[in-house]
Amino acid sequence: MLSELHKHLLNDYQHDFPLSPTPYLDIANKLGVTEEAVLAAFSLLSEQDFISRIGPIIQPNLIGNSTLVAMAIPKEQLLEVATLISNIPEVNHNYEREHHFNLWFVLIANDMEQLSSIIDQIELKTNFKAMQLPLVEDFFINLGFQLDLDSQSNTQPSALSA
Amino acid sequence: MIDPTDLQLIAAVQEGLPIASRPYALIAEQLGLDETDVISRLSRLKKQGLIKRLGVIVKHRRLGYQANAMVVFDVPDILIKQIGQRISQLTFINLCYQRPRQGEQWPYNLFCMIHGKSREKVLQQLSELIESCALEAYGYDILFSRQCFKQRGAIYSVAQKN
Repeated sequence: MLSELHKHLLNDYQHDFPLSPTPYLDIANKLGVTEEAVLAAFSLLSEQDFISRIGPIIQPNLIGNSTLVAMAIPKEQLLEVATLISNIPEVNHNYEREHHFNLWFVLIANDMEQLSSIIDQIELKTNFKAMQLPLVEDFFINLGFQLDLDSQSNTQPSALSA
Repeated sequence: MIDPTDLQLIAAVQEGLPIASRPYALIAEQLGLDETDVISRLSRLKKQGLIKRLGVIVKHRRLGYQANAMVVFDVPDILIKQIGQRISQLTFINLCYQRPRQGEQWPYNLFCMIHGKSREKVLQQLSELIESCALEAYGYDILFSRQCFKQRGAIYSVAQKN
């Protein structure tokens, strides 16, 4: 079960993680707990896979070139193709979605040339077309995501693997 | 062009800050920089907007947000900016992008993401979105995610970039 401390850590530090020598101590002071408690809580959230990491979200395409890619894969081959895609180091998100285009992933490469070469290899290895949908404009203003963690039912540790 | 040291720093923090008392000092040690330099570079990158946010990156599914839908619209190009900005202000939206159409197979140019605790809730939020942004006249589709094969931060291969 998530404690009040866990909930604060999940909701309050998505944008402005302290940029001071002792960020966890700063958070602890703010929340009225010890630094050890904050470190232990973050370790647990990370071990139990509630958080992916504490890190930066980088403005797309400022470093390297990225694109969203969609593929239409027959159901019986989906797992095989998805595994091949996930094993590419330049792929960072890879999802099955309910649609004719059922496999969606994000590819980030150093430059356009490398990006095209990875796409070519994917098409060659899988024999399916990869539809590229690179970013044109990012409208998003409301950064971060307010989680409602009070009416939780699926957040027991190790309740699921998804 | 991005400073090579900044790029190395981004690559290092992208994997996640260490959960330890002096995380920036550990990163600094790894890169042969000092802690103050790491903190001031990250602060500057954030101010410049290259780092859009620095903080906890949560796993929505694990936190009870099982229903994740990519919603796509085909809106007139001349209105897209205005519509995109309006969509971005809704609290349940956490991404909103313009991407290119791909002919008949993919007629949609506006993408947004809704994370909800159930399909019903997401569909209800979609109706709210359509109504509040006056999107009734435009074609759309909704793509619920089924399984996540891979989710992690982008890995930038620093060596090849100069």
